[in-house]
Amino acid sequence: MFQMMPNILKNLFFPKATRRYPRVVRSPFESSRGALFNDIEKCTFCSVCELKCPSQCIRVDKKAATWTYDPFACVFCGICVDICPPNSLYQKSAYRLPVAGRELITLTGVPRPKLEKKT
Amino acid sequence: MLKTIIPFGPQHPVLPEPLHLKLTVEDEIITGVFPALGFVHRGLEQLVHIRDFQQMIQVVERVCGICSMIHATCYCQGIEALMEIDPPPRAKFLRTLWCEVHRIQSHLLWLGLFADCFGFESLFMQFWKIREKVLDINEATTGNRVIVSVNVIGGVRRDLSTEQMQWTCSELSWVQNEIACLKATLLSDYTVKKRTVGKGVLSKDKAFELGAVGPTARASGIAQDMRLLGYSALDQLDFEPVVETDGDCYARSKVRFQEVLQSIDLIRQAVSRMPAGEIRTKFKGRPAGEMFVRVEQPRGELFYYIKANGTKHLERLRIRTPTFANIPALLGMLPGMWLSDVPVVVLSIDPCISCTER
Repeated sequence: MFQMMPNILKNLFFPKATRRYPRVVRSPFESSRGALFNDIEKCTFCSVCELKCPSQCIRVDKKAATWTYDPFACVFCGICVDICPPNSLYQKSAYRLPVAGRELITLTGVPRPKLEKKT
Repeated sequence: MLKTIIPFGPQHPVLPEPLHLKLTVEDEIITGVFPALGFVHRGLEQLVHIRDFQQMIQVVERVCGICSMIHATCYCQGIEALMEIDPPPRAKFLRTLWCEVHRIQSHLLWLGLFADCFGFESLFMQFWKIREKVLDINEATTGNRVIVSVNVIGGVRRDLSTEQMQWTCSELSWVQNEIACLKATLLSDYTVKKRTVGKGVLSKDKAFELGAVGPTARASGIAQDMRLLGYSALDQLDFEPVVETDGDCYARSKVRFQEVLQSIDLIRQAVSRMPAGEIRTKFKGRPAGEMFVRVEQPRGELFYYIKANGTKHLERLRIRTPTFANIPALLGMLPGMWLSDVPVVVLSIDPCISCTER
């Protein structure tokens, strides 16, 4: 008990270790893997992110040109961002804000025309 | 004297995870213990038939919530050995660095939980305050706090700049100073020693006989540390395993406390000897054959058996975690103890039940 006294006195006179979240929010680290976004105009709907995602949180429909993402199933590993061929996926360093209900994020782009077969 | 059976767990204030022990007591003295496991079995080994061998890295990281980096390193080393891939030296050093950061945060977590199990709440909060700084190092360097996801077959996914490595070292200096302030409380305080000294004694011979691993074995005088095998970059760093001889709860907490300082030293060595160059080797093909790998987790020896047949799915993955090996040792420690000492003795092996049940 008495061995703890220096720590107790130090804690009394030094600033607090915690902050009053959500009133005081610390800025995220620059390279944190936060919320995932898709720049749908650059997306080619190639489905590589869907294939490589270890938690199967991405669904891509090439015909309808939709990209669907379940942020609650995502494990924030950043593999989709690393392998995205047109670099349309990116992660911000801040986390997604809390929401009241579970929801899917669906983005719709322009379907890419089919390449004509070379004869 | 009439024998009474008292259930300990699976829900108990001192246990972070569900472990059930049937304690046979005679007048509050334990005479027999029977364990029951299987409350958090998730069938992660079976996932090899669904996820391909590269996606399995993210699965094995989730075997243990605390030492994800070490599980992934072990798995990647196994696949690399099967496919004869040699990761670049810088990747090996970075793996070692992050593994040691994980060891520090796991030991700090345990030191806090151990203080909590004998009712020293303020010491628990002090240790977890320090641990938060270590998690900040993880987040700033890898992107995530605990499940860092930086390993990949053939190397690592992230590089560290010189500034980041200097910042890591300066943060670890703060951690070292803060821990030094708590050393007297954990290791010399009268009340703490009253609860830990002479409790759950495991002699050297018994530890060897029961197959104890990690800090539990080292506290009983067995100098067994898988890091001495020299995997990743550990063959290029200088260290000696921390060994104590008393084999009681006090010795186990002393070993883990000193291992935090040892890991800080290893990180400093890794930063000072960090070679330049690539961080990832590209590869082609699929693994085939059998392999077993051993690495040192914060709790002891981690064992992976991998069987691959040349397809994108592995045939079999078997994971033996250190807590699985330490449960017989725990059962050897408990007889003869007071019922009130059971939480301290159970916590002293640092049980990770999710790890054990996979």
